[in-house]
Amino acid sequence: MSDLRELLFASIEELSALLWQGEITARELAEAHLRQIERVDPAIHAYLTVVADRALEQAAEADRKLADHRKAASTGRASSPPQPAELSLLGIPWACKDVLCTRGVRTTCGSRILEHFVPPYSATVVERLDGAGAVMLGKVNMDEFAMGSSTENSAFGVTRNPWDLERVPGGSSGGSAAAVAAGEAVFSLGSDTGGSVRLPAAYCGTVGLKPTYGTVSRYGLIAFASSLDQVGPLTRTVRDAALVFQAIAGHDPLDSTSAPRPVGPVLEEVEKGVRGLKLGLAPEYFGEGLSPAIREAVLSAVRRLEREGAEVVEAHMPHLDYALPVYYLIAPSEASSNLARYDGVRYGLRTPGEDIIAQFSRTRRDGFGPEVKRRIMLGTYALSAGYYEAFYLKAQKVRTLIRRDFEEAFRSADVLVTPVSPTVPFRLGEKVEDPLQMYLTDIYTLSVNLAGLPGVSVPCGFSPETLPIGLQVIGPAFSEGRVLRVARAVERTVGAELTSGRRPAVAVNGR
Amino acid sequence: MAAITPDEVRHVARLARLALGDEEVQRFAEQLDDILRAAARLQELNTEGVDPTFYPLPLHNVMRPDEVRPSLPREQVLHNAPDQENHMFKVPRIIEET
Repeated sequence: MSDLRELLFASIEELSALLWQGEITARELAEAHLRQIERVDPAIHAYLTVVADRALEQAAEADRKLADHRKAASTGRASSPPQPAELSLLGIPWACKDVLCTRGVRTTCGSRILEHFVPPYSATVVERLDGAGAVMLGKVNMDEFAMGSSTENSAFGVTRNPWDLERVPGGSSGGSAAAVAAGEAVFSLGSDTGGSVRLPAAYCGTVGLKPTYGTVSRYGLIAFASSLDQVGPLTRTVRDAALVFQAIAGHDPLDSTSAPRPVGPVLEEVEKGVRGLKLGLAPEYFGEGLSPAIREAVLSAVRRLEREGAEVVEAHMPHLDYALPVYYLIAPSEASSNLARYDGVRYGLRTPGEDIIAQFSRTRRDGFGPEVKRRIMLGTYALSAGYYEAFYLKAQKVRTLIRRDFEEAFRSADVLVTPVSPTVPFRLGEKVEDPLQMYLTDIYTLSVNLAGLPGVSVPCGFSPETLPIGLQVIGPAFSEGRVLRVARAVERTVGAELTSGRRPAVAVNGR
Repeated sequence: MAAITPDEVRHVARLARLALGDEEVQRFAEQLDDILRAAARLQELNTEGVDPTFYPLPLHNVMRPDEVRPSLPREQVLHNAPDQENHMFKVPRIIEET
């Protein structure tokens, strides 16, 4: 392969084929990505930690395995090429959100309080990708403790959107999305508590899958809100999202909330098309506040799906408006409890004090940023005596009403199709001082987490100023295959217009 | 709903073991007030007889066999500790002398 730079924008499937054919080596692929990181990351700041030596060791191991498989095939011991789902990640470079523990590799969670934390173990999802032979390039930036919608809350500086460096990449998995969009990784992992995989995927023009709660292990995922958090992939194509999902999903005895059920053949399902599927459109997702460009891009994609044989049905989400206050009571409540462990005793930052209470309080004052403190305060308030029933318990009951809305909608619709965000990526600094405005960014995504459902964000067009627009497909629990099937049809039908040479300029030209 | 006062913010900060400066106390009083006023909309809804959803999927207790398994080596566990002594985490004295 003469121009390795072209490979920086290829899919997992394309690269896997080249690796198996011996057209490129895993080492060449890793080196090309490490060079791209050197070239463009000073402008984007997707990475917090690059692990070049570890990546090159993993790539060398992948090359040995590839050679063994080819040898076995030529001597007749392997009768057919390996199945993609089993081995397609072998030698593929990826980026890991810094919320996932990596044995021996610094894991900061975007926070000063964990600036020097080196975990003694890896998250189950990381172990699974290591086992599949994927090559981890490094750890990528995020809003501190995954709290935010813009990656402006990282203690280590903002990440910029590769499509416009003055704009946010979305959050909290902004580094994960920016790295994939800028050719700095073939795929990445993010975590999604209220939209943190889907929103940055939409803002950076990549695919982002938030799986059903319980399908992907949370072991080694630094906890934010335990009943909402779920790890998911960010990729260039829908088929790639299916491949990574299949590699990381499945029951994990180390996570007591992991669903003990097998993962279906998701990749096989994605090409089945949308003929006969009922797409639910709920007017509550298309009301006031939605940008006209996004409304048009999403509805135009729906019309294409209709031409492919899908049927549009009306659905309703009468309690959708309440999802935002429900989320902003439940998530901070769980966060205030989860973040109680940061006390400067066993790991992380410590600020000394005259007694242990002063030490705890000062450590947390110095270690946490403003958004994290705000949510700890909000959660502690909502859980405190006298307010628990009025705020926390009330929110959990309304959560039930939202869950029932989805159940009702899925009686007539196979999936719901919605926008991902009410606006295109906003400018850095635009909403930092106004938490309520910032929280509105997640208005279309967070009800999916409250109900524990799968949702995918897939590119469906560009705004007039060439900013990516995402479309969200939501399905019933454990219907990853179905939501990806609809997303694949969106990708196929709008694909030609989207991929006609459009790439972020910074990713092609460098700074 | 009554406004959140700076004293309430200080009380919650004590519960959360979070030292705050005066400027932060003032800012959080205003912001928490805004957010909780927005959240008060939930009171419009009648939720009588509605069960809360603490987890989106049914949870059941997971027990493993009571077998001894290796744990992380002590050096690894202490590796990230800000302060340690005699293979233990070190904290300020918590027992007062009589």
